Amino acid sequence: MDDLYRENILDHYKNPRNYGELEGATHHYHDTNPLCGDEITMFLLVGESGRIDDVHFTGRGCAISQASASLLTERIKGKTLDEVKGIDKEAVLEDLGITLSPARVKCALLSLKTLKAAAWGLTAWPGEEAKQAAE
Amino acid sequence: MAVTARATGSAATLDVARIRQDFPVLSQTVHGKPLVWLDSASTSQKPRQVLEAMRVVYEEHNANIHRGVYEFSERTTAAFEDARAAVARFINAPSPREVIFVRNATEGLNLVAYAWGRDNLRKGDRVVTTVLEHHSSFVPWQQLAQDVGAELVVVDIDDDGRLRLDQMRAELEKGAKVLAITHTSNGLGVIDPVKEVVGWAKRAGATTIVDAAQSAPHMRVDVQDIGCDFIAFSGHKMLGPVGSGVVWGRAALLERMRPFLYGGDMISRVSIERSDWNELPWKFEAGTSAYVDAIGLGAAVRYLEEVGIDAIHRHEVALVAHLLPPLLAEDGVTVFGPHDTRDRVGVVSFDVKGIHPHDMATLLDREGIAVRAGHHCNNPLMTRLGVSATTRASTYLYNTNEEMDALVAAVRKAKKVFGL
Repeated sequence: MDDLYRENILDHYKNPRNYGELEGATHHYHDTNPLCGDEITMFLLVGESGRIDDVHFTGRGCAISQASASLLTERIKGKTLDEVKGIDKEAVLEDLGITLSPARVKCALLSLKTLKAAAWGLTAWPGEEAKQAAE
Repeated sequence: MAVTARATGSAATLDVARIRQDFPVLSQTVHGKPLVWLDSASTSQKPRQVLEAMRVVYEEHNANIHRGVYEFSERTTAAFEDARAAVARFINAPSPREVIFVRNATEGLNLVAYAWGRDNLRKGDRVVTTVLEHHSSFVPWQQLAQDVGAELVVVDIDDDGRLRLDQMRAELEKGAKVLAITHTSNGLGVIDPVKEVVGWAKRAGATTIVDAAQSAPHMRVDVQDIGCDFIAFSGHKMLGPVGSGVVWGRAALLERMRPFLYGGDMISRVSIERSDWNELPWKFEAGTSAYVDAIGLGAAVRYLEEVGIDAIHRHEVALVAHLLPPLLAEDGVTVFGPHDTRDRVGVVSFDVKGIHPHDMATLLDREGIAVRAGHHCNNPLMTRLGVSATTRASTYLYNTNEEMDALVAAVRKAKKVFGL
């Protein structure tokens, strides 16, 4: 039962990093997964050089969605928007270090989806950009 | 609370071991553990008898119904109409003419809203419904009320999850054109006293629609005793195949209604200028019906009758009585809905503090236990409960006390994983 909910994930779930609203954020976006009601808001403070000087998130939902948001903030803090642009579905799943069933993958990707919407106004689910472009 | 599985009177205890032999899927394993199917409120598993009835049609006499003059078509048509008669008997309908095959309860409830509601609901009319409704019983009337300018009145529940009967009665006494009420809540498992409420609604002159999707599979549903005008339920929740469902209505109302869908089979004659409709029930069965599924539902109904629907209900109440005390005794567990077994079916919705329902369902799955996590197509109820989702375990005739124990043990294990 416990191979899925590794110590790392539970730690980020119970003690989320960079949690809370970010005063003076230059970018922010709120999104939900209507399937399960998970919610994430991402706040970015991007400096003139395009560097993410600070990042926060708020949200509620399952351990996978909240832990992946916490992990994502750690991954992108101090990086430039350009450097962050390449983060994809695989990178997020790799950070989590677990194999998820298709029904739960979106829980893990909600934070990246919200980040991409905050930073670039992209609203497709990570991994489904081509599908959205085709529509 | 001290209900036991030993039935009283003439009805014997279910022979669950024997029943389980009829359900091949129950011997599967999931993640190396024996499957524990606790999601029957979403869809039930199917016994061999149902699969066999469908196999016989496909392999031995498949042909479209009501069309051919040849042997196969006659045999298939007879089997289809036999299934209708079986369903009519199962719900004590005055006549099989009033039993309309649809895809599921959702389609049946929409049929009533469209075919009856659109021609009868007027600006200023009142539609009385409840916060316990499944979206399929709620949204058709919400939308129609908005379209025509009718008032939608949503009756609340008390803190135990039981319908506020005082409020319901008061609202109906103010007058109502429609009562749309669920027989049992798919989110909480409570049984609404529909006979009583329908009685009040009739006195107000309302047309009454009962959503029996969660009751017909699990307890006696007698349309004449309830006294409602329409009732709908899904076959796949009652051992029948997906794609089978029923809406029953009073012949007098069905006769006056316009059809829901136009097409083949529901027509008696078409000219360039006009069309005349077929008789009941075919007037409401446009196009080729899912006749094999309907025949499968007929077999399901016969299976339920053979086991005994009252015995099934008692069995499931006993399962809830077995499950609730240890579940309620767990630290951090909230059970939504009544904590006793009075007027309830085998649906137990719960939450464990610190574990989101989706995480809980994933962890239970690792133990081979299938439960539903989410809002159960019950957003207004979730809002009323102040949660976004719950974990829901739901039983049926094939579940055992040992499976209830397995659920409690798995919940404990999940808490341990989360360090709770």
